[in-house]
Amino acid sequence: MKESKIVVNNKVGLHARPASLFVQEAAKYVSDIKVFTQDPDTKENREANAKSILGVLTLGVFQGMEIAIRAEGDDEENAVSALLALVENNFGED
Amino acid sequence: MKHLAGIPASRGICISPVFQFVRQEIIVEEVCVDDPKAEINRLDQAICTAKDQIFLIYQKALKEASKADAEIFQAHRMILEDPELLAEVKKKIENQKVCAESAMQSTAQTFSDMMAGMKDEYFAARAADILDVGNRVLRILLGIAETPSADLKEASVIVADDLTPSDTVMLDKSLVVGFCTARGSATSHTAILARGLGIPAVSGAGEEVLKISNKTTLILDGTKGNVIVDPDEDTINQFQQRIKTAHIIHEAAKKHAHEPAITTDGVNVEVVSNIGNVEGARSALENGAEGVGLLRTEFLYLERNSLPTEEEQYQAYRAILDVFGDLPVILRTLDVGGDKEIPYMGLEEELNSFLGLRALRLCLVRPDIFKPQLRAALRAGVDRNLKLMFPMVAIASEVRAARKVLDECIKELIEEGQPFAEEIEIGIMVEIPSAALVADQLAKEVDFFSIGTNDLSQYTMAADRTNSKVAELSDAFFPAVLRLVRDVIKAAHAEGKWVGMCGELAGEPLAAPILLGLGLDEFSMSPPMVPVLKQILRGLSATEMKALAEQTLQLETPKEIRDFVKQKVPFIAELVG
Repeated sequence: MKESKIVVNNKVGLHARPASLFVQEAAKYVSDIKVFTQDPDTKENREANAKSILGVLTLGVFQGMEIAIRAEGDDEENAVSALLALVENNFGED
Repeated sequence: MKHLAGIPASRGICISPVFQFVRQEIIVEEVCVDDPKAEINRLDQAICTAKDQIFLIYQKALKEASKADAEIFQAHRMILEDPELLAEVKKKIENQKVCAESAMQSTAQTFSDMMAGMKDEYFAARAADILDVGNRVLRILLGIAETPSADLKEASVIVADDLTPSDTVMLDKSLVVGFCTARGSATSHTAILARGLGIPAVSGAGEEVLKISNKTTLILDGTKGNVIVDPDEDTINQFQQRIKTAHIIHEAAKKHAHEPAITTDGVNVEVVSNIGNVEGARSALENGAEGVGLLRTEFLYLERNSLPTEEEQYQAYRAILDVFGDLPVILRTLDVGGDKEIPYMGLEEELNSFLGLRALRLCLVRPDIFKPQLRAALRAGVDRNLKLMFPMVAIASEVRAARKVLDECIKELIEEGQPFAEEIEIGIMVEIPSAALVADQLAKEVDFFSIGTNDLSQYTMAADRTNSKVAELSDAFFPAVLRLVRDVIKAAHAEGKWVGMCGELAGEPLAAPILLGLGLDEFSMSPPMVPVLKQILRGLSATEMKALAEQTLQLETPKEIRDFVKQKVPFIAELVG
């Protein structure tokens, strides 16, 4: 199992195009990948399947929130580092 | 043989069989199944077909519409591939032993409700997408055609209650020769589409047209707004002759479409087009338009569930500007109000939305809508000949307020180091009588005017042209309207500013001599009208038309004015039949 945390800094968070890029990237790996976050108001913990667009969207990750990406499987290392890179580069937004 | 009357929505005549455009309802019954495995197989196959359909639409949208439209279908594909959604549907089939239809429908509804419950316009849009995708799979499972036009196999007149952009995007345009709608108006989507395609359309023809059976022959006279159902042979021959004459004139004009429109006394008149997307842009160029006099931007906002982003708009505008290279393109900022169904904007319903908070009035109080559009336009205009135009201006201070927002956007772009169009002409639509009356004051605030005769006529005559009982009164040929046009041109020229016209009057053959005589600098019309209008202008003398224009303004009725022009310029009389 491989897990890493990162703050989402792009403008719209994990929504719209960034969310779809995230899911498309996740779908490239055989590992099970989950995304975790905490609701900033209620402090409630939420998780979603990183390969599900509907799941990722309903996580409600906005700009400035921290997420944890956890992968389990043969390519877990690559999966986590690729998704981290995507978030780090603000999904190629300007 | 039967005559029906409607509102003329797009010029031209056609004789063709009827194709009734009827939407089929999706009805799902909850059926228990013995073999859940077989049911899941059915589901998988349906999803496969749905993916293929979406892929085809995606490619079509990429080619015809904007990238933004295409991305919607991209999102649809991702929903179809969503592991959570699919697992849920399959679980329902296995555990509850219900049919694929029922499982799909209820699951799509659950996920959609979940999204809608998040009270955010972005999620509301996804909620609609999920239902849309669910319905696509249901139609396949139930054996319902993908669109009501799937059976359209021969050239036909499309008859419908009214048509939306999503209805028409899937229509095979090469098989559509005309539109006839029961409801709708001269300004509805169907009318604009038909004018862009250069085919006739009659709207508001009444419920009766929906009862005409498929393949019945129909004569559609979009110039006059007449529909003849099941015509006799004499009538058909008579109309065929008219179609032939019109065809000959059009073909002759098309040969010279790419030459300038220079009058017999050497005035070079600018002839440009009204467009609303890339398709229109290409058609405008093909028809010899020397640029765009009106780029409608509403297409970016309708039929969706959230505001288009600045980036989306930038891409869409840039794609259109790229078609025209150095030729001028006048972009009109958003022109909507409470009458348009744009749920995500949260517009209040108004008692009289045409006199309400619409167009520039709305944009000035909604910087969240206005600024992204202005920024996108400014950025898209780099190295292109872009001009901006504000709709629905009544008083000079509105222009100053709009300029202030524009200046803010420019300042932001400079701070961000983004390239943008630095020298840009700013104009306004003159479509409210008050603006026409103080045109001398407004001319000091802008670089150009574009007269919108459709609204100017409605507002001047206080007659709604979509109301067939008073539509006749909103005719732009009334001297009251033409005199305002004259005064606007005079006031602008006195300030050294130029005047265009993007209302339907600009593409009206019988109006050309009057408008030329009044000194109009630029004529903007739907692309298919460009060659004919150019040809007409080439046959006229600007100096001689001055006197004719003044004389027409002394007449009393539109009919008198039209007859007078026909008599003085017989070659146009022949042309309009």
